[in-house]
Amino acid sequence: MRKRRYTALILIVIGIALAFLPASPVGSNDILTLLITLFIIAALASSWNILAGFVGRINLGHASFFGIGALVTRELWLGADWHPALAFIVGGATAALAALIVGAPALRLKGIYFSVGTLALAEAMRLTVGTILPRVSRLPGPELRSYELAPRYLIALGVLALIVAFVYWLRQSKLGLGMMAVREDEEAAKSVGVNIFFHSLIAFILSAFFAGLAGGAFAFYHVGYYPNFPFGPEWTFEALLVTFVGGIGTLVGPLVGAVFFVMISDLLSSNPDLLNVHLIVFGALFIAVVLALPGGIIEVVTRLRRRVLVAPKQP
Amino acid sequence: MDANIVAQSLLSGALVGSLYGLSALGLSLVFGVLKVLNISHGELLMLGGYASFWLFSLLGIDPYLSLVIVIPLMLIIGVLLHLGLFRHVTEFDEEHRIKNSLLIGFGLTLIFQTLAIRLFTADDRSIATAYSTDALELLGLRVPIVRFSGVFIGALVVIGLQLFLKRTYWGKAIRATAEDWRTAALSGINIRQMYLITFTLGAALAGIAGMLVSLQYSVSPNIGLGWTLKALIVVVLAGLGSIPGTFIAGILLGLAETASALVFGGEFRELVGLVIFLVILSVRPQGLFGARHA
Repeated sequence: MRKRRYTALILIVIGIALAFLPASPVGSNDILTLLITLFIIAALASSWNILAGFVGRINLGHASFFGIGALVTRELWLGADWHPALAFIVGGATAALAALIVGAPALRLKGIYFSVGTLALAEAMRLTVGTILPRVSRLPGPELRSYELAPRYLIALGVLALIVAFVYWLRQSKLGLGMMAVREDEEAAKSVGVNIFFHSLIAFILSAFFAGLAGGAFAFYHVGYYPNFPFGPEWTFEALLVTFVGGIGTLVGPLVGAVFFVMISDLLSSNPDLLNVHLIVFGALFIAVVLALPGGIIEVVTRLRRRVLVAPKQP
Repeated sequence: MDANIVAQSLLSGALVGSLYGLSALGLSLVFGVLKVLNISHGELLMLGGYASFWLFSLLGIDPYLSLVIVIPLMLIIGVLLHLGLFRHVTEFDEEHRIKNSLLIGFGLTLIFQTLAIRLFTADDRSIATAYSTDALELLGLRVPIVRFSGVFIGALVVIGLQLFLKRTYWGKAIRATAEDWRTAALSGINIRQMYLITFTLGAALAGIAGMLVSLQYSVSPNIGLGWTLKALIVVVLAGLGSIPGTFIAGILLGLAETASALVFGGEFRELVGLVIFLVILSVRPQGLFGARHA
């Protein structure tokens, strides 16, 4: 319990420090841009982790919820002239609603069929959105002239903080324990009265809701992009990579993985010869994690710390 | 609508479909025997396509002839991938086997795609031979020779595989392993060897399909996922276990695509397969192995 309180304390301190960054001299535009990317990836990965880490279902169509959030937020904000905050919440809620509708048939699919089914669904959505909205969505003149990075930064940070706080609560709640029971052993969970379908569906909806919020942050941040871009499979894949490399099913795993991912890609992309090499590095790390180290970076850290802390006591 | 246009489109749909069938054969075989879903199958196809493209444009080797080099190359890649990665996955129990194979295939997808962008750039490449524009006239319909060759090569591969699986010792041992690996192992079949042969064969089949894709259409680093999805749709349509059935299901998918393009317009072409896929999945949520393995 004490260790857990330390984690919370450290996360809160980091969060507050990050919130004051735009006002400080360190907060240059380069740094803010990098951190916005980091926050969005970390938020998306953490939201994916709710279903994959807690219930054990690999959703390969997560990008569709990110895309729905981005699409609805952008349309309501720029198209219907809503207040961004309201557009934002409705964006997340629409993603959650989509998960509720898709959830019942999708979650009936066992194991891998759930994964390929959601992958096909996301591709179908990407194609449909690309057909209906083929043109680039750009910020109109007035918005463009008043564009500032700091509020975008704070919104992305806020979304991430919200997800992390939620997962923190989920870990020790009855709901979260029920989800983990489903992950470990469906039969055993059923025998102690855990409703498997209910827990899977709730996790799916929550995961979609937070992905939708992350999509909203994306829509609010980007100046121009094709509306079907956030529906692309690469968003799902990045969330999956980051979560696995960091440590699936943990609170800080997706965060550590995202920091690692953004750092490596930033370091390598400064050299044009090494463009995209970070994807090869991460792909290889990911395979290594799947085959040899199911706990990811977090487990390595935990093991090392245990060794350092325990070793001196031994004669 | 002009009957001739309809016939022409359906014919080209069937011809594309034979490529879908061909690209699904390897995936289906590996899935059925190893119980491993290799979603980097489309990337193997892409590698095969690039191999014959470069052999053609750098050395001037005819694409059909290049199979003599492409197939052994893909066999080597298959052996390396199996021994390096997928062999470890087959040691898991069935549920983890399939989940981990999915994840590993996904990691490979990323690596192959990025490598291809770095090595070959993101440009579309296609093989343009002297005979690429030649066409056969058939009942008033024009069939480009290179497209027709897809059906021909596909049929040859189906017959060859069928003979291999039904007549040879290895083929029979592979079918026994697919049926029930425990019993197969108890009857003295070296199932690890069968896994290796099947996976390698799957890679070679992807390579053949890749050659035809770069000859008839084009290859670029990001075509992999699209072809994997097509192959998955075909596998779901055909079920596991029948080689001719898989090939025919591919042709049916091609026909369904063109039919929907004719009725609803070209932009819905890609959608129909995904819809079929989702419908079949929701009708049979227990998956392809059915109740027998549940």
